[in-house]
Amino acid sequence: MLLEEYVFAGFGGQGIMTIGQIIAYAGMIQDFYTAWIPSYGPESRGGTANCNVVISDEIIGSPHTHHPNGVIVMNAPSFDKFEPLMAPGGVLVVNTNLSPQRSERDDLSVVYIPTADIATEVGHPVLASVAALGAFAATREVIDDANMEKGIDWALPAHHKDMLEMNLKAYHEGKKAAEAQLKAAAK
Amino acid sequence: MSDERVFMKGNHAACEGAYRAGCKAYFGYPITPQNEVTEYMSAHIWEHGGTFIQSESEVAAINMIMGASATGARAMTSSSSPGISLKQEGLSYIAMMELPMVVMNVVRCGPGLGNIAPHQGDYFQTTKGGGHGDYRLITLAPNSVQEMAQFIYDAFILADKWRNPAMVLTDGTIGQMMEPVDYASMPWMDPPDKSEWQLDEFQEGRERHVLTSIWLDPVDMAVAHEKLIDKYERLKKEEVRYDEYLTEDAEVLVVAIGSPSRVTHSAIRILRQEGLKVGLFRPITVWPFPYDAIRKYADSKRVKAILVPEMNWGQMIEDVKLAVLDKKPVHFVAKHGGLTFTPEDLTEPIRAILKNPEEPNTLWHVS
Repeated sequence: MLLEEYVFAGFGGQGIMTIGQIIAYAGMIQDFYTAWIPSYGPESRGGTANCNVVISDEIIGSPHTHHPNGVIVMNAPSFDKFEPLMAPGGVLVVNTNLSPQRSERDDLSVVYIPTADIATEVGHPVLASVAALGAFAATREVIDDANMEKGIDWALPAHHKDMLEMNLKAYHEGKKAAEAQLKAAAK
Repeated sequence: MSDERVFMKGNHAACEGAYRAGCKAYFGYPITPQNEVTEYMSAHIWEHGGTFIQSESEVAAINMIMGASATGARAMTSSSSPGISLKQEGLSYIAMMELPMVVMNVVRCGPGLGNIAPHQGDYFQTTKGGGHGDYRLITLAPNSVQEMAQFIYDAFILADKWRNPAMVLTDGTIGQMMEPVDYASMPWMDPPDKSEWQLDEFQEGRERHVLTSIWLDPVDMAVAHEKLIDKYERLKKEEVRYDEYLTEDAEVLVVAIGSPSRVTHSAIRILRQEGLKVGLFRPITVWPFPYDAIRKYADSKRVKAILVPEMNWGQMIEDVKLAVLDKKPVHFVAKHGGLTFTPEDLTEPIRAILKNPEEPNTLWHVS
């Protein structure tokens, strides 16, 4: 049974909620059961925000993920909060531009990605979360790129469709950066 | 799985269910965690020929709904716990006037202003009254985004069928989450003909239609009461709905609604891998409550105990106790303050109950 349980976390406004929706939507069109739930409490009015995503090949029970096997942290407080909660064998993407910590756990696969640098190079700092999603896709190969790309398109509102190419580029640059790290680590 | 699935929030899907049911009037006031209903209605009900008003208060909204449904329109309001409290007077009047309408409560944590996290503290309010007087709301309890749409749709049908207000009782988790939804089971429809009772223009020779909740003479009021009670008794016989998951061989039966029923689903999967026989009984109508269906499990030699997890201090468990009639031990696991259950919150007590059906840590006493 496939049971993917993710937490994506960072500051409000970084695009955390959106990248969670993208992968959950992509999972749906890949014929999985998927669920997404935001933290909608006081934290969504400033400070850290996060969303939970569950992807499964069976009907999903709890939409909450208490011990995620996939995590993206876009800032330092999110690292401190979620890295210790992760299930053994999980994958972690750390945005090194805002989270300087290194994981000391030996039961996780971790990539350290300067997502803001990648985004700025691609063309806009707002793309950092999509770059992180690309890096995540390299570490957790569950959803196909083609479906992720459809998800990115789906998430872009009509008046921002001109940003699609740039978003796709950020996704793939993030993925490349993570693949290079994973390759280096494997050697 | 159908190719027609869309990925939506529970609160948005509820609106889509309403549109498909022919809802033409939504009046409401924003409150977290159901703001997306008000927002989505304000943006989209116009596309379906409907009308949206952001009322000055919840009290105003429920009274506007009273007016709209009196004219025969399918009308709906929604809110979250403190806002639903404000609507209770209106609901009582609507129930006595036998007006069909739909109200959704995306429950948050109370009492008082509480907080905006998911909770189930409004079960008593919904199923045992809420407003003054002796009335009942047909109440459906969804546990998925699909059911948010379906149950709003069904609530409109039931409300018109019985000329009774219908409640969709859900919680912040189900309202806020996104999941795939397939609308194939919700074909677009128009409201049924209500010309026999609705308020409309003067028509020469036609007896005047009166919708009222006041009968000053107790003899007249008793007749009106009996009509209501007769309706409720028929509802109890005809409209009870529930869902079962792995209950055929279950030795411990979990009775849960809303998001705790989802976590129960996860917990049962874990326990089944250990060979433990646990099943989920999920009331879909919490009024009328499925007493008889639960009593069958209480009568079964196989069932050792029943467990009720709730995000409150113990409310639905009183109905489960009425169903079980002390034939089996009934256990309770609570989650407070707007915290949500983890599967471990349930797997641990269930293992203990399987070892000792009278396990004292969770055993529920009526006191």
